[in-house]
Amino acid sequence: MNLFPQSRPSSFSDRPLLTDDTKVIAAKLTFFHYAALAIFIFLISGFWELQVVKESIYAEAAERNRIKSRPILAPRGKILDRDGRVIVDNHSSFSLLLSRENLKEDHLKNIAEGLNLDLTELTQRLARYKKRPRYEPIIIKDELTPGDISFVEAHRNQDTFPEMELIHTQRRLYPRDGLAAHVIGYVGEISEPELDQPEFIKYKQGDVIGKDGIEKQYNEMLMGTDGQRRVLVDNMGNERQVLENKEAKPGQPLQLTLDLDLQAVAELSMEGRRGAVVALDPRSGEVLAMVSRPAFDPNAFAGRIPTKLWNTIIQDPDKPLLNRAVQAQLAPGSTFKPIMALAGLETGAISEGFSASCSGVANWYGRPFKCHQKGGHGHVELHRALAQSCDVYFYALGNKMGIDTIAQYAELVGLGQKTGVDIPHEASGLVPSTKWKMRAYRQKWFAGETISVSIGQGALIVTPIQLASAIGGMATGGVWQKPHLVRRRGTEAPARRAELNLDNVNQVVYGMYGVVNEGGTGVRARLAGVEVCGKTGTAQLASNDYLKSSAGKDLKDTAWFVGFANKSPEIIVVAMFEAGEHGNLAAPIVRDVIKAYFDKKTRMTPPEPAKTLAQAMFSRELLR
Amino acid sequence: MASYRSIRDLDWTLIIIVLIICGLGVLEIYSATLNTDYKSAWWKHVLFTAVGVGMMMIVAQIDYHSLLGRVPAMYFISIALLVVTFIVGPRLLGGRRWIPIAGMTIQVSEFVKIVLILLVARYLTELKADELEARDLVKLAVLTGIPFILVNRQPDLGTSLTYLPIVGGCVFLAGLRWQHVVAVALVAVVLLPAAWFVLEPYQKARLTTFLDPDGDPKGRGYQVIQSKIAVGNGGIWGRGVTRGSQTQLRFLPVSLTDFLFAAFAEEHGFVGVVVALGLYFLLILQIIQTAQMAPDRAGLYVCMGVGSLLLFHVFVNVGMLVGRVPVVGIPLPLMSSGGSSLLSVFLMLGLVQSVRLRRFVN
Repeated sequence: MNLFPQSRPSSFSDRPLLTDDTKVIAAKLTFFHYAALAIFIFLISGFWELQVVKESIYAEAAERNRIKSRPILAPRGKILDRDGRVIVDNHSSFSLLLSRENLKEDHLKNIAEGLNLDLTELTQRLARYKKRPRYEPIIIKDELTPGDISFVEAHRNQDTFPEMELIHTQRRLYPRDGLAAHVIGYVGEISEPELDQPEFIKYKQGDVIGKDGIEKQYNEMLMGTDGQRRVLVDNMGNERQVLENKEAKPGQPLQLTLDLDLQAVAELSMEGRRGAVVALDPRSGEVLAMVSRPAFDPNAFAGRIPTKLWNTIIQDPDKPLLNRAVQAQLAPGSTFKPIMALAGLETGAISEGFSASCSGVANWYGRPFKCHQKGGHGHVELHRALAQSCDVYFYALGNKMGIDTIAQYAELVGLGQKTGVDIPHEASGLVPSTKWKMRAYRQKWFAGETISVSIGQGALIVTPIQLASAIGGMATGGVWQKPHLVRRRGTEAPARRAELNLDNVNQVVYGMYGVVNEGGTGVRARLAGVEVCGKTGTAQLASNDYLKSSAGKDLKDTAWFVGFANKSPEIIVVAMFEAGEHGNLAAPIVRDVIKAYFDKKTRMTPPEPAKTLAQAMFSRELLR
Repeated sequence: MASYRSIRDLDWTLIIIVLIICGLGVLEIYSATLNTDYKSAWWKHVLFTAVGVGMMMIVAQIDYHSLLGRVPAMYFISIALLVVTFIVGPRLLGGRRWIPIAGMTIQVSEFVKIVLILLVARYLTELKADELEARDLVKLAVLTGIPFILVNRQPDLGTSLTYLPIVGGCVFLAGLRWQHVVAVALVAVVLLPAAWFVLEPYQKARLTTFLDPDGDPKGRGYQVIQSKIAVGNGGIWGRGVTRGSQTQLRFLPVSLTDFLFAAFAEEHGFVGVVVALGLYFLLILQIIQTAQMAPDRAGLYVCMGVGSLLLFHVFVNVGMLVGRVPVVGIPLPLMSSGGSSLLSVFLMLGLVQSVRLRRFVN
């Protein structure tokens, strides 16, 4: 190949350009001019677009680039019992923040593996945050174990998974064994459907909010405000300068009316049962104890609960999440009888000499209605009818008054409506009446149905807290304080009052005294030194036409006991458990709670010190 | 002949433009490397500029024809040095591109550009025809193809690509048959997909990144995104010297070489960009003007080889910063830090001056 012919350099300059040739070259050079101009215009238009048209977008991106904001999570307020003892505390832990700005998809698998997370759940979680700005990091795991932390520390450098970051958080620490679990509720991450609702407008994706119980009801108070830390970082993520450090505002502590001592006693006595205990101070409406069993462990819910665990809990046939104290709606059985008695006395249906003769069974409207006492009670008047819980007496009474009078008094004491206790999901129960039946079933009321309702069966259903409030208010002479778990400051909700004849009230209370203290059905609730009044209830599920279809499997009777002390009550306790066979089995639970109350009271208030020596010498203590 | 070759006849406009551009480079390098390990880089740039101007003056005195006569020797030395680079070059930043000599590293591929300009100029001149034959094109392709492949395999896609505009620009001037243009275009269409299989993974990544920068934020696309953010953050008036947050906080990658102009854009804004690009435009125009004055075809090719190369450099480097051209690692002539690049540009400008000094042909 003769690529380089041997010619002298001078030979180039010897050859002048041709004239026509010059013209072509000149045109081509002009083309170069325009090409250069076009290229420069093209480049400058690129800068015009970035620096003039979209300047704000890129300026913002630059801000984000160099300013990292990290949330400082506000600890939730503690929850205390009435004596200031801590029920729900917080504990320090670490969570893993995942920065999405520099997230690489293929890292997720390794991160999930390293932290024992489910990869699909993690990807779904990331997908949910698609709408949020990318510079906002998300928490992907709470309660990091020491193993997790060392994994993060070892892998968060530039070369491996720089998208991981540790953040210090305060996690909820709930009592163990589900103590007061239903009252307290639990917290959880705000869900997608919740975010769409107006009431959650001020929360954002990833916020941990109260999901149930007090945590939900008083979320706003407990939650506090997250702080923020804004730092100037370089491209390696090193902090260069702190721009803002807005401390988190911790949530306010919340004092409940609950008494841990009573709560513990009630919890223990309900161990292994399916039911509820509610203890109220009927004078104020303060809830002293509220138990629902089976319980759940709120600690498992304390942050981001794995889907699998959540599914096993909600599919449990015993429904551990149900707060039976306010949500269980069951026939009250004989615990309804004091209300019947009051209605009878108030309306005059129980006049002098109103009595029944019990042979163990009575026929009403062509159908036999049994008394729980097979041999019958013989001649019974009000006091013995209550004490011995004679069904036949109340059949007659109910028949005499009619369903609408019964409904009127049941509603007067607060049945068939929510008590308004400050806890979510309260059920309202149901008081049947002719009107109700017409509305719900488009049918006339059958007089035979009144007979069932008279002993707290039929369509009548109540919740434990309703029953406690109803009987408690009645026993205090017709003042129903709204039950509450958190003392309202200043604006106490006005109590509901009814003009009751105190003689009538006393007669009913005396009957309930007989239940416990005069060899009635509730002797097991008897306590030395305390006047315990009460009423047992053994409610059949089988006889309840309205529940039959839904209940189905477990048709054992519900055991109820409602008891208060003293005759002018300062505490009323309702115990209920499903499949409990007989109400007298619930009586000891009520007794234990009442005993705990009075034990504590005597411990707390030492005998008044004598003012003078003479007084001391002649005081009862010395004379004894 | 020496009588009309005086200092006065040098292209002083070009020299002033070049010095201003170098000055902007020094300023920006100073600003971008403040508080880093490279904080003496601006001083090096000053030094190399001074050396470069001196070398430009010397080259200007040499008759470019005598250089054209030595093309074969220079060509073979170039190929030999490129092969040596392959063997002894230290592996830096993922490639063997440098030869270490006396405590400095020399990027041979930068200087090969000059040899290629001279080679193309001589080859096309000797054809003595108004239009190129197909076999002429093939021969030229072989001659430039050898260094192209050697550099491309270093691997240094960017620098190897800069060889193409030298050939392209000069061949266009020499006269192409439209059939050849169509043929080359067709071959390119066929070869481009084929090239996909030859390209290094990082080169492919750059191409895909160009098409979708958001797809891979901390990788190649990261550079483009960060570059665009830095540029956009400059706004109209710029953030001021040493005040560009993206530059100062090192979000901008390799901010003193390939991405220096993004740092410049952030700190001096759209106004600064228009001034700087305007200077480059004037520089190109000045070179084209010299080409117009060239006493012969050889001088024309030399000037336009240099002109095409510089235009390509500016187009690719600056276009990349605003995301309009794929990320190809080539420096911005005269501004970017890097001795080899700077000196080779001054040598090329020396050639242009040499042509200018010999413009008065009797």
